[in-house]
Order: sequence, then C-alpha cells, then structure tokens
Amino acid sequence: MRLVDKFGHGIGLQIFVCVCCSAAAFADHAVPFSPTNIFAPASTAAKSIFGLSLFVLAVTGAIFVVVFTLLLYSVVKFRRQKNDDGREPPQVYGSNQVEIAWTVIPVLIVVALFMATARVIADIQKASLPANTIEVVAIGHQFWWEYRYPGRGVVTANELHVPVSDPSNPTPTLIKLLSADTDHSFWVPRLAGKTDLIPNHPNSMWIDPQETGLYLGQCAQYCGTQHAKMLLRVYVQSRDDFDRWIQQQRQPAFVKEDASQGQRVFETTACINCHTVAGTAANGRFGPDLTHLMSRDTIAAGAAKNTPESLRQWILNPDSIKPGSLMPAMQLSDQDLVALTAYLETLR
Amino acid sequence: MSTDAIALPGTGLASRPIVVRLHEWVTTVDHKRLGILYIIYALVFLLIAGIEAIVIRIQLIRPHNDFVSPQVFNRMFTMHGTTMIFFVVMPVLFGFANYLLPLMIGARDMAFPRLNAFSFWMTAFGGLLLYFSLVGANGLYGAGNAPDVGWFAYAPLTSQTFSLGHSTDFWILGILVSGFGSIGVAINIVSTVICMRCPGMTLAKMPLFAWLNFVMAGLVILAVSPLTAAQIMLLVDRYLGGHFFDTQAGGSAVMWMHFFWIFGHPEVYVLVLPAFAFVSEIVPVFSRKPIFGYSVMVGATVAIGFISMSVWAHHMFTVGMGANANTFFVLSTMAIAVPTGIKIFNWLATMWGGKIDFKTPMLFCIAFLFQFLVAGLTGVMLGTAPFNWHLGNSYFVVAHFHYVIVGGILFALFGAFYYWFPKMSGKMYNETLGKLHFWLFFIGFHLTFDFMHIPGLLGMPRRIYTYEPGRGWDTWNLIVTIGVFFQAAGILVFLGNFIWSYFRGESVGSDPWDAWTLEWSTNSPPPVYNFATIPEVKSRRPLWDLKHPDDPD
Repeated sequence: MRLVDKFGHGIGLQIFVCVCCSAAAFADHAVPFSPTNIFAPASTAAKSIFGLSLFVLAVTGAIFVVVFTLLLYSVVKFRRQKNDDGREPPQVYGSNQVEIAWTVIPVLIVVALFMATARVIADIQKASLPANTIEVVAIGHQFWWEYRYPGRGVVTANELHVPVSDPSNPTPTLIKLLSADTDHSFWVPRLAGKTDLIPNHPNSMWIDPQETGLYLGQCAQYCGTQHAKMLLRVYVQSRDDFDRWIQQQRQPAFVKEDASQGQRVFETTACINCHTVAGTAANGRFGPDLTHLMSRDTIAAGAAKNTPESLRQWILNPDSIKPGSLMPAMQLSDQDLVALTAYLETLR
Repeated sequence: MSTDAIALPGTGLASRPIVVRLHEWVTTVDHKRLGILYIIYALVFLLIAGIEAIVIRIQLIRPHNDFVSPQVFNRMFTMHGTTMIFFVVMPVLFGFANYLLPLMIGARDMAFPRLNAFSFWMTAFGGLLLYFSLVGANGLYGAGNAPDVGWFAYAPLTSQTFSLGHSTDFWILGILVSGFGSIGVAINIVSTVICMRCPGMTLAKMPLFAWLNFVMAGLVILAVSPLTAAQIMLLVDRYLGGHFFDTQAGGSAVMWMHFFWIFGHPEVYVLVLPAFAFVSEIVPVFSRKPIFGYSVMVGATVAIGFISMSVWAHHMFTVGMGANANTFFVLSTMAIAVPTGIKIFNWLATMWGGKIDFKTPMLFCIAFLFQFLVAGLTGVMLGTAPFNWHLGNSYFVVAHFHYVIVGGILFALFGAFYYWFPKMSGKMYNETLGKLHFWLFFIGFHLTFDFMHIPGLLGMPRRIYTYEPGRGWDTWNLIVTIGVFFQAAGILVFLGNFIWSYFRGESVGSDPWDAWTLEWSTNSPPPVYNFATIPEVKSRRPLWDLKHPDDPD
C-alpha cells in the first residue's frame, strides 16, 4: 500500500513530463494542445529557447528520478518494522566524503546548465540583425496595442502584420517596445519569449517567423482592470501579401458619400478625442487608430469579432464586452448609432 | 481562549473573569503567549486568504466565467497574495520561532520581551489596516475597496494617476506597519540566539532550528528594510509630489522592481528557512537518528543566506536588463540550488538507516521533501533566463511558487503544528484526523498545483480574470479548481482536530516523542519561567545524553 501511495507522488510530474515530451515530438506539425504552446516554436529565438528547455528538462528530470528513487527507497526500506525491538538505530553523524560528493556533483551540473543558458542568452539578446530588418514600434496602452511602422507611414492597432522570414534569406522584424501608461508584456509564445513594455524604459525584441499564419498571445504583465482581454494577434504573411497590406494601410480613409451622416456623428462627439481617422478631422491618440478599422478581424484588442453587431454593442456599452475598458459608453440615439456604425464600416 | 495552557500549575487562573484573562493576553510579554497570539492571528488570516483563493479558482473554472467582475478578481488576487505572505506565513513562522527558540536554547524568554509584544501588535495592526481598506479605501465615504495592484504592486500602476482613492495607501501602510513588526522580531531573534543560550550551548551545539531562524532573522533585517524604504518613497510619490516611480515625470518603474525584489527574493528564504528548521527537528526524531552532517547543514544555511541576497533580479529577466545582467543572475540563481540540494541530501541521509515512524508530523515532512525537490527543479527551469522568458508571469510560475510555499513551507508548517501541539497545549492531537488531514491536503495540493503548471506551458499568463476558449487551458483549470476543495476540506479537518484535541484530547507528559532538544525537558505546556533551573548542556542532543548516559553524543 505504501509503495502505491509513493508512486502516486510522481503522477503529476510524470504527466507534466509526458506533455512536454509529446509537445516536443509534435512541434513541427499542426500546433498541438494549444495555439499558444511554448513547445511549438516557429521562429529562431523560440526554437533556441525550445532546445535549451529540452536540455534543462532532461537534466532536471534525471535529478528528479535519482533523488525521488532515493527518497522512495529510504521511506520503504527504513520504516519501523512491526516487530521492532525498540532499540535505537546506529547513530550516524555524517560523512565528509559523502558531503563532498553531493556538493561537487551539483556544482558540475550547475556549471553545465549555466554555460548552455549563457550561450542562448547571447544568441538571442546579442544577435546582429540584417539591414533589411523590418522595424515596428509596439506601444502598450490600457488595454490595447498600438503598432507603428516608422518609415512606412503606417499606424494600426491590435493586429500586428509581419512578413514571413525565409531562413536562407532572413527578414526578421525588430519590435521596439514602449508603454503609454503602465507596464505590459508582449508574449506570443510560438514566436518568442516575453519582453515587458515599461514606460520610460524602451525595450526591444526580434522575431523571424518561418511559417505564415496567425500567431496568438496576450499581455503578460498585469496592467490594470482589463489585463485579461489585452490579446495579441500576429499575422505572418508572405512578403507580397505584407507589402500589399502596407500599401493599403498607407492610404488615407476613403469615405463614401452616403456615410457622411455617420462621419458627422463621429466628428461632433467625443469619438475624435481619442481616435484618429487619417485624412479627416479626427486625430485623437488615446485610443486605437480607426483609419482602416474594417481591415481588422477583431475589435477591443481581440475581445470581440469585428462585426457590425459587435461594433454597435461596443459603442453602446463597452462594458458588456470588456468591463473596465477605457472606452466610454457613447450614449447615442438609435439613429446616430446606426449612422455611426455605417460610417465605421466604410473605413476599409 | 487557552489561558490555562500557560498557567502556573495550581494557581487556578482559569476560574478568573474573562476580562482579566483577556487583559493578560493583550498585555503579555511572555514569548510563549506571544507565539500563540502570532499563530492564532495567522490562522484567522489563513482562512480569509483561503476564501479569496477559492473565489479566484471558481472564477477560473471555465473560460468566460462571470462569477466575479474583473475588478473583484483583481482585488482577490492582490489580497490573497499580500495576506498570505505578510499576514499568514510570516507571522505563523515568527510565532513558532517565538514560542520555541527560548525553550530550545534553554532561556526564560526572548532577549527583549517588550519589543516582542510591540512587534506582534504592529504586525496585527498592519493586517487590520490592509483589511480596513474594504470600508475606508475611498476616503470618508465609507464605500472603500480592497487594493487591486497585485502583491508586488508594480509602478506606475500604484501612482495617483492609475490608482484612485486610498486602496493602494492601505496596502502601503499595512505592509509598512507590519514591516516594523518584522524587523523588531528579527532583531529580537538575532539577539536571543547570540546572548541567551544556556551554559554549555556553544553556537556549534545549538539545535539547527536556532541556526536556521538566526539566519532567517538576519535576512529579515536586510530584506524588509529596502521594502519599507520603497513604501515610504511610494507614499512620498503619492502625496508629497515625489517622482521616484512616476514614469511620466522621469521616474523609474524598474527601480520599484529592484526595490521590491531585493526584498522579495530573500523573503522566499525568510519563509523557507524556518520550514527547513521544522524539518531538521522532526525528521531526526521520527527516524531515530541525529541530523546527518550538522556542520554542513549550518554551512549550507549560511551560504543560502548570503547567496539569496544576490538573486533578486531573476524576477526581472523580461524587463530588459540586457544580456550581461541576465547572465549574472542566471549564475547566482543556479548557485543557490547547490546548498539547497545539499540540505535535501542531508535530510535523506538522516532517514537512511533509521527506523522511520510515520506519525502525522513525519508524513508532512516526507511530503515536504518530495514537493520541495520538485519546486527546486522547476526553480532551476525558471532560473534559466531564456526558459524564463516563457515561464515567467505565466501559470507555470504561479504553480512553482505555490509548490514552494504550499508544498514546501505549508507542509513543513503542518508537520510543526502536529509535532509541537502537545508541547503547547499539553494534549495529544487525534492521529486518525491528522492522517485524514494529510491525505486530503496532499491529494488537493497535487490536483491543484501539479496541473497548474500545464496551462502556463500552453501560454496562459497569470492574473487574468478570464480566458479565451480554444487555447487548451480549460480542462487543466477545471482540475486545478477541483483540487482547491480537497485542500479546503483538509484545512477544516486540521482546525477541527486541534480545537477538539485542545478540549478533549489526552494529556501528554513532557516528552511524548522521545525527543532530544531542551523544550521536551520541561512541562507541557511549559510554565511561564520555562525551566525551574537553567539547564546546562554538553552536546547537540541534551536529552539523548540523559536517556543514554552510556552512549552520549
């Protein structure tokens, strides 16, 4: 019975190791278990972290097996017997040889782990990026992401677009990380480890995603009420698609004639205090740039799909989607709300 | 309350009016009464913070749950963390140190009994201040609310701009006030160990318990002081126009992180060294062998004390310190694994060749060994900076530090409760209920915290009040929440056992465990003066020498 109990101790960890190993085995196929699995890396930095992780897991796993076996053995072997004679066991006070052995061996393990770690830190944090690196500035806000492409004249929000990077001719993306208010953290597990966005303390990180697709993540540093719904979406596109996207985003807003009623609502209410629509009077900086709102799949930093219904709901009562967000409920009449939504839907 | 537990034999204190007895408790400077006050105070807060944990886990039982609002959730995790660290684990450990240290080193009280009482009441008022935020935080409206900035309260979220009202002020003041209490206790412990040892008890003959608490107290003085300074700076920022952490006026959010973690990491060792102290006393007695490698254990303790002052920034691998600083803190963090590992090996060697008796205290200590091993290994993973860029601030790190604090410290603490309860109360606990508590809590702990690692590996950050479906996190969170209820049941059995045993338990003699340290040589419960005559010792195990005059230590 005791033996069974003791085996029970290890089950959780065994499952944990199994998950890690199977995650490793499937890393090259469709994302296993989760779209945010750290063991399904898709860029150079994430892959080298993954390699290091496996090494660390193997070393710590081996230590676990050895020490756990010793513990299990001593608990089973040295338990007081039923027919115990009541005499005290031999009193052993220590042994210098044994102490030296179990000091030196851990020291050697630590040295090995440290060297491996130091190399990966240098590989990632001291990497020199090629001249054709794409530069993006990511600015964390309560509770959304602003992305600016310096030199390309593009400003967007919440959905980051980057080109895929061919390992033979890498086009990595350097993300400069700033914050407009509190601390945030940029974490898209399949692309890289997290790096914090701290006001008055510019940071940067780089990614070179090697497969196209959508990569998910979310803010990983508590930043206030709606920290949970500050989601990250990174669209990795082929170079042509990316260039087309940049071209399209550079255009000013194209407003259809029949949306002028909604545009007037937008420009005569508090909307323009916070939002920009390039080419119009709206130039607020506090909230997301809406110039190409309809080119995005989601609103409210990924909290809702970008549909006319959720747009209306968001304007009318943001708390129903994201309680505690800084977007105020706009208190519009039904007529104005319909017109405003119609206007927003033209911002392609 | 348990006045008669401390009463002199035959004085009939129990029959005196309750007001008189309460007055004696409030004005007491007796280290044993203060120890019990600390412990009871901590248990009350344990229940409160436990309920906060249950609220957190019910909210996360499934994606897009709406059991509580995000505002309430954020307050819950802030209060849970702050309470558990500052008003549960620290006070309960101070309580045990207070109660046991003078008894173990053959003294009649702590070095500064009045400072001792002052320290307790500061800690107590600190906790009350924190919880007074629930009614007073918004000022005079009487519609306050609890702080919601997280237990490490990163700047600039704590500035006037982002934290309106007074909730953050109550958080600051609660910790500031209890910090004075902690520093008072620490000075007292250091002085007691240095000055109050009985004749014959050289430093090398002190019980390991005294050594570990001595190093712990030194760490408290070094670590709590910067935190206290930082809290005052934050108050200056909030009310006197300072800009230490005001990033919009050139202040530094990163500086707060350094201040906090140079407290925060040594704090982990402040909490875990007393747990080591319990294990180092309980494992030998229930294995019937002396601690293996006493001098190495002392050396490892002192080494942990020193190294722990140089590892704080491993909490900051993601804040952009640069490759060189990251590399340094990887090295120092991994270095501390060596003396910690040595301790685990020495406990194992103490059990090796012994006759292990699986009484409840020993069960908790064996589980401690296993769980602390796992916690140490996940700690090595987190100490690997690049791995940490993923694991840090994810549910993996939440699982890791709960493995340390619950699986390590709390398990050792439960062991200590069962081991010393007969000494403190004079009554034996119920062994069956003790084992039931162990298994309930053991199962609950593993359901909750083993499975909590996994959503972290799958990209779930901490401190989110809800999460998206389709991330592969749902099942794990469900299991984690189920485990919480087993733990809650275990805690209720634990409290029930001690309350029942206190009134109805069998009386025990002075030495129910056939143990070897001085506290077992006096009555259970000990008289106010502890020892009728101050003992004189010749070895580390004075009671062993008495019981085995033919084979002294």
